[in-house]
Amino acid sequence: MTKLLAILIDGSIYASWVFLMGLGMTLIYGVMKILNIAHGSLYALGAYTSVSLIGFYYATGSYPPMLGYAMLPLAAIAVGLIAGLLIERGVLRFMYGRDEVVMLLVTYSIFLILEDTAKLIWGVNPYFAYQPYGLLGTVEILDLVYPVYDFLLIAISLCCAVFVWWGLNKTRVGKLLIAVIHDREMSMAFGINVKLFFTVTFVIGAAFGALGGAVTAPKVSVVPGLGVEVIVLAFAVVVIGGLGSIEGAMIGSVIVGIVRAATVHILPEVELFVIYGVMALVLAFRPLGLFAGPEVRKI
Amino acid sequence: MKIPKDNNLRTLTIGLIIVLIFGFIATDWFRFMAQMSLATFLVVLGVMLQMRAGLVSFGQGLYLCLGAYVAGMAGYFWGITDVFLLLLVGTAACILLSIVLGFLLVRYRGIFYANFSLALSMILYGLLVKAEILGSTDGFNVPHSTFLGFAPEGETLKIAIFVLTCVIIYIVSLVLHRYLNSTYGYAGDAIRQNEIRVEYLGASVRSVIHKIYVIAAAISGIGGVLTAIAVGHVDPDLAYWTTSGEFVFVALLSGTANVMAPLVGAFLLELLRTYAFEYAPYTWQMILGIAMLMVILFLPGGLWSIGSFRRTEN
Repeated sequence: MTKLLAILIDGSIYASWVFLMGLGMTLIYGVMKILNIAHGSLYALGAYTSVSLIGFYYATGSYPPMLGYAMLPLAAIAVGLIAGLLIERGVLRFMYGRDEVVMLLVTYSIFLILEDTAKLIWGVNPYFAYQPYGLLGTVEILDLVYPVYDFLLIAISLCCAVFVWWGLNKTRVGKLLIAVIHDREMSMAFGINVKLFFTVTFVIGAAFGALGGAVTAPKVSVVPGLGVEVIVLAFAVVVIGGLGSIEGAMIGSVIVGIVRAATVHILPEVELFVIYGVMALVLAFRPLGLFAGPEVRKI
Repeated sequence: MKIPKDNNLRTLTIGLIIVLIFGFIATDWFRFMAQMSLATFLVVLGVMLQMRAGLVSFGQGLYLCLGAYVAGMAGYFWGITDVFLLLLVGTAACILLSIVLGFLLVRYRGIFYANFSLALSMILYGLLVKAEILGSTDGFNVPHSTFLGFAPEGETLKIAIFVLTCVIIYIVSLVLHRYLNSTYGYAGDAIRQNEIRVEYLGASVRSVIHKIYVIAAAISGIGGVLTAIAVGHVDPDLAYWTTSGEFVFVALLSGTANVMAPLVGAFLLELLRTYAFEYAPYTWQMILGIAMLMVILFLPGGLWSIGSFRRTEN
């Protein structure tokens, strides 16, 4: 019973973390048809930026400690705006209209560049920003002790999901964006500024990736190569759910989260294997993922 | 009609002789570097073969790792040290696995192919990392090799392995060159250009891709066995996706026009990696990334196409 509860809670925490990654990635893919490998670097940049900001904030010591949490979204927005704009305006916009595979390779090279950029800025020593993690204390559920921060993570993730769903379905801009997703050329013909939508989407997607890193930073030591593993996890999540589908990313992250938590508690030897196993299994039966619509074959 | 003369056999033979002579006079570390780039070259050939059919594999490390591990395990657990047997076992394992996985992979194109191959290689990585009997993340050492009962030591062993690597690469390149210039080889090109037309012409796209996948796996497996023998050590990082990413980088940098193209790219990568650790430890990936962007932007045919530009102008 306790084990089951532990699996559920651990699974939700893990799912909410990985969902933040998948959300940005699937958003960018849905709108721009770019499978963004550089998303992992954005995650790492977000983690580094938030660690620096948190360290800076608490080092001054004269401000209320609770306000330190504002550094997390601040870091995400900063990375999204700076790195996102640089990548989109600086590189990607010259490549629009190229094959999806070429775009994949382009983002792969951006990933390589960003990995070293992080090393150049922050060096190779680990960084810690434990303050926000410990500040909220712990909570006990049926003998299981969890840091409250982990539940904050779930809340943040749910907020992001609701925000994106609301933005897409209930606002004018969101509806225009859906039009762009469905038919780029037609929406261009109707006078939608598709290029602007691309830029904004990429910045928002990048900010989500960075947010994923920013909220994880207090839990771990931030070291180079942080984003390398995350990228394939995010791949797994969005591919399981169906590329470009927000609901899919949610379902995908819940599946990955629960499955991983279950194996960690029951059979820890297969922990890593099982995530990719699920991904391969889903792909084998539903090549486009669980939630992707049928694709029109163009000649 | 004049058929253009095929100079590849001549070039390759001259290349083999030069590399062999060089292997005897070069310093130890330089020979090792050349050897490593030759093994990398084989895996890149596998990636390139798929790239010619428009398929980007982000998981070719799967077969590099499988070949290396099977060879290593054969030596470690069953005491097989004969290189020819190791090559046979390693390649056979790769062929078997790729035949099975091929049935799944032939249904995918574009980024889905890339994703699926990546997932498969990460599965192997995940398994190996947790396999304590195989040393988990540390991997294990591969025993010294023998050559048909002949067991050299020290410097002789190194030179013997080097010669073996060169000869194998010579043979594989020749066979592959013939293959690429055969009907089957051109079918790959045709699939990249327009799959549906290939179907209408009466060829089965799936069966062509399946064959390409198996051949690529076999070649990469040979590369894996050679890596295991040369380094004397195997670890799960061979199957990690960044390793496969490097192969994609080399294939892209060199271009897909000729079997010899990746040789240049693989050597450049190895050279860069060796020197980067000393002079630019924090920027060498950045150099790779920028080079790759430049190639995609300005030189879609890869470095090899520089030569053919000149030829067409003439």
